[in-house]
Amino acid sequence: MTTVIRIRDLSTRFGDVWIHKGLSLDVQRGELVSLVGGSGSGKTTLLRMIIGLLMPDQGSIEIFGEPLFGGGVARERSLRQRFGVLFQHGALFSAFNVFDNIAFPLRELKRYDEGSIHDLVMLKLSMVELLPHHGKLMPAELSGGMVKRVALARALALEPELLLLDEPTAGLDPDRSDSFVRLIRMLSEELGLTVMLVTHDLDTLAALSTRVAVLAEQRILAYGTTDEIIQIDHPFIRNFFLSERSVRALQNSGLVAVHH
Amino acid sequence: MSAARIEVIVRDGGSVVRLSGRWTLATTSQRVADLAGELSRVASPAGSWDCLNLEAIDSAGAILLWRAWGRAMPSDLSIKPEHWRVFERIEAADHEPRAALVPLSPLHGVMVIGSASIGVGRHLVDFVALIGQFGLDLVHVLRNWADLPSREISANLYKSGVRAMPVTALVGFLIGVVLSYLSALQLKQFGADIFIVNIIGLGIVRELGPVLVAILVAGRSGSAMTAQLGVMRVTEEIDALATMGVPRGLRLVFPKVVALTIALPLLVLWSTAIALIGGMVSAQVQLDISYGFFFQTLPRVVPAANLWIGLVKGAVFGAFIALVACHFGLRVRPNTESLSANTTASVVSAITVVIILDAMFAIATRSIGLPPV
Repeated sequence: MTTVIRIRDLSTRFGDVWIHKGLSLDVQRGELVSLVGGSGSGKTTLLRMIIGLLMPDQGSIEIFGEPLFGGGVARERSLRQRFGVLFQHGALFSAFNVFDNIAFPLRELKRYDEGSIHDLVMLKLSMVELLPHHGKLMPAELSGGMVKRVALARALALEPELLLLDEPTAGLDPDRSDSFVRLIRMLSEELGLTVMLVTHDLDTLAALSTRVAVLAEQRILAYGTTDEIIQIDHPFIRNFFLSERSVRALQNSGLVAVHH
Repeated sequence: MSAARIEVIVRDGGSVVRLSGRWTLATTSQRVADLAGELSRVASPAGSWDCLNLEAIDSAGAILLWRAWGRAMPSDLSIKPEHWRVFERIEAADHEPRAALVPLSPLHGVMVIGSASIGVGRHLVDFVALIGQFGLDLVHVLRNWADLPSREISANLYKSGVRAMPVTALVGFLIGVVLSYLSALQLKQFGADIFIVNIIGLGIVRELGPVLVAILVAGRSGSAMTAQLGVMRVTEEIDALATMGVPRGLRLVFPKVVALTIALPLLVLWSTAIALIGGMVSAQVQLDISYGFFFQTLPRVVPAANLWIGLVKGAVFGAFIALVACHFGLRVRPNTESLSANTTASVVSAITVVIILDAMFAIATRSIGLPPV
């Protein structure tokens, strides 16, 4: 087992408010970790720090055993090519069509000829269950579910080992969100990906994650399998996992026994 | 990490290509061309391939092999089952090779001209419709005074009027100085020094003042208006307004046009005054013409009609700059490319429209406001 993400004593402050205080977390290769927490608990901030969009005030973050910053442009770039990110709203380039969006990271490598890029993009499109003719559409012409699929294909373009997802199913109807979760699960098994996702949605969490990290009180309050987490007696966890709606979602996935 | 390797092993009865190492994007992307060249050299139609020693393969590596194999599985291939799945996925996805570029049709030139004319026609129709909508809104507001979007008008007056005062003053002053300086050099040779007042007065009050201010405002406020409306289109704010029953013409277009129609003549007055001061200072330095003489001569050689022509021009320019800006802003489609193209088109068209209108004014007012000879 190798550690893919390693966070040590991370502290973040916005003005006078501490968002994280002494936060530590390890994610092992091959795991699917869900990060949950209340609104404003700093989930997305933590994700943006792991990606390297924000610098932590104190503490360290290592990806694949290497620090995110320093060591020259070439090292930082080759490290960043080893993980893919799916942003909440897709963040597709609106001036490019779907094909060019997925081809963009490959073209940036400046190593592949257009024929190979075409084959690779078609393969990625079929991996996310889109059809070749969807490549000609512009991002504005896509439905919410398709935007997520194209963004996932773009995140997978450089064959990452780690995939980071910000609210992968937010804004999708239950049916679409189920099929998107199935897709992520299938791809992560086939490609041997490590996945870390931020989510509010218990269905997504129950269906995807091998482990759950609960972010509350400015730190990782609990880290374990869903079964272990729901045993913990803490107001946030009780509220999040054991409300009527949550129990229903967990029952559907067979994680909680039915009792009246 | 071990690199991708290719070996050819000759056995009795034929040769086997043995692949080993890691065939992933990380290990192959640095030498894609070399690997592809070597693969195509060793590949033969009836060759056998031994991939059992592959440590890892991802789709980037697999595509390399797939292309060397001529887009089909070789008949004699030994491979681990987990690597076989990668190729299965490629085979399933590979039903549409890259389309060749469509050759240009011989009528391409005609088509370009035709579609450009249709485009211009559409712009004209839309622009006339926008003016018509503005007219309807104006009638509506005159009848229902309570519907006047006074807060928006006042905000636009401040943004495109008051905030433009420093830059128009600076440009006006410098133009006055430059014009006066250049004229003085010529007039000195003929001993016609006192005509500097006529040249500067008529030139600035009637022509340069209104046109300069209009061009500055078109670049400054016109682009801002187009970009604002464009982003509101991109973020669906205009649709949100429409669903609340707020007409976009009355709330977005009307205040901008009204505000710029009021603000521009005021800016013309302001920057004309500053430009005259600039000219006056320069005339005093160059030709030793006193401020008192300049002030006394100006109203005699530049009839007041010229000031009115300048102010009316300003109002008309203002209305058209705002209308052009709104026209292009409402055409923005939800992507960044369209936003930048329309903002550029808005500024260029607004300046062109200002110069065309100025030419029309020059012809229409050719017998008004000239000093008695």
